[in-house]
Amino acid sequence: MTSLFLFGASEGGLFDFDATLPLMAVQVVLLTFILNTLFFKPVGKVVEEREDYVTTSRAEAKQKLAEVERLESDLKAQLKEARLAAQKVINDAEQDSDKLYREAMALATAEANSSREKARLEIDSQREAALNQLKVDADKLGDLIVERLLAAK
Amino acid sequence: MGLLPFVFPFAELEVGKHLYWQIGDLRIHGQVFMTSWIVIGALLALVVVGTKKMERDPRGVQNLLEFLWDYIRDLARTQIGEKVYRDWMPFIGTLFLFIFVSNWGGALVPWRLIRLPSGELGAPTADINTTVALALLVSLSYFYAGLSNKGLRYFEYYVHPTPIMLPFKIVEDFTKPLSLSFRLFGNILADELVVAVLVFLVPLVLPVPVMFLGLFTSAIQALIFATLAAYYIGEAVEEHH
Repeated sequence: MTSLFLFGASEGGLFDFDATLPLMAVQVVLLTFILNTLFFKPVGKVVEEREDYVTTSRAEAKQKLAEVERLESDLKAQLKEARLAAQKVINDAEQDSDKLYREAMALATAEANSSREKARLEIDSQREAALNQLKVDADKLGDLIVERLLAAK
Repeated sequence: MGLLPFVFPFAELEVGKHLYWQIGDLRIHGQVFMTSWIVIGALLALVVVGTKKMERDPRGVQNLLEFLWDYIRDLARTQIGEKVYRDWMPFIGTLFLFIFVSNWGGALVPWRLIRLPSGELGAPTADINTTVALALLVSLSYFYAGLSNKGLRYFEYYVHPTPIMLPFKIVEDFTKPLSLSFRLFGNILADELVVAVLVFLVPLVLPVPVMFLGLFTSAIQALIFATLAAYYIGEAVEEHH
């Protein structure tokens, strides 16, 4: 019975070819065109746009990275220069202040020395004057004593 | 499903019975068209939902569609070659999607619960008309691809390494659609029959691994059909010097 169904020519069977075949073919062809419009084209567009976007973004990012690296090395060099300049300024300032200090010190020392010398000279002269006066007074006194003693005799 | 043996005794496993529709002088297999419309409807629904709001950062169904697109593109590109794969991608993709959804629909949806006056619903690819239609479309496509790409030089292919190949290459033009259609038809029908027989004999547990095997076979068959179709087209457009 089954074999009759399998190869039965007139009605039914597994190998029963009829208008299903061409109509199915037409249907699949139509489906191909519909899917092409609804699926393959739009999805392809989105996917390819994204691929482009990723590629260009990568390229841009690489470019930016290179730019950043260049700027970084630039800035590093500038920083080094600035450090050296700052060091130099500090050294200069230290030397300047040192010099100023020494000058002021020398000036002050000289002034002190000179005023001390002046004072000493003045003291000396006054002592001299006082001694002379003392000598004169002593001489006078001596003379007076001598006179009195002689007069009393 | 446990009731099936009583509803469909094995002697009437509905092999080779069809629900005939008469359109003018033409007779067609109604059950094949009914399931094929469901398959096409499911495909179109998926595609319409997935492409409704496409974004650069894909979300939801768009991911699935892009995965499928990528898969089909790789398939077409490796088999057909960089130069013309774009023209044939929709055809290869439609073959793959239609066969895949048909096979899985036949394996996953319990069609037998829907009673028809005659015949039964099942995968459209379990009908020889469908598979032969698809295989003949593939034949037409590779002839068209070869002729439109290389003109009459396409026929150099028949005598390519030596003219001795001529009869073999001619026979190949017949065996290609034959093997394509019968491989698909046989695998899907056999899978449905095995599941039906096992369900009839042991309605519990035992058919489940066979059903999983059926899903595997279904997917593989869709892939094989699409890959071979792409390969034939690639062979026809290939330049050999």
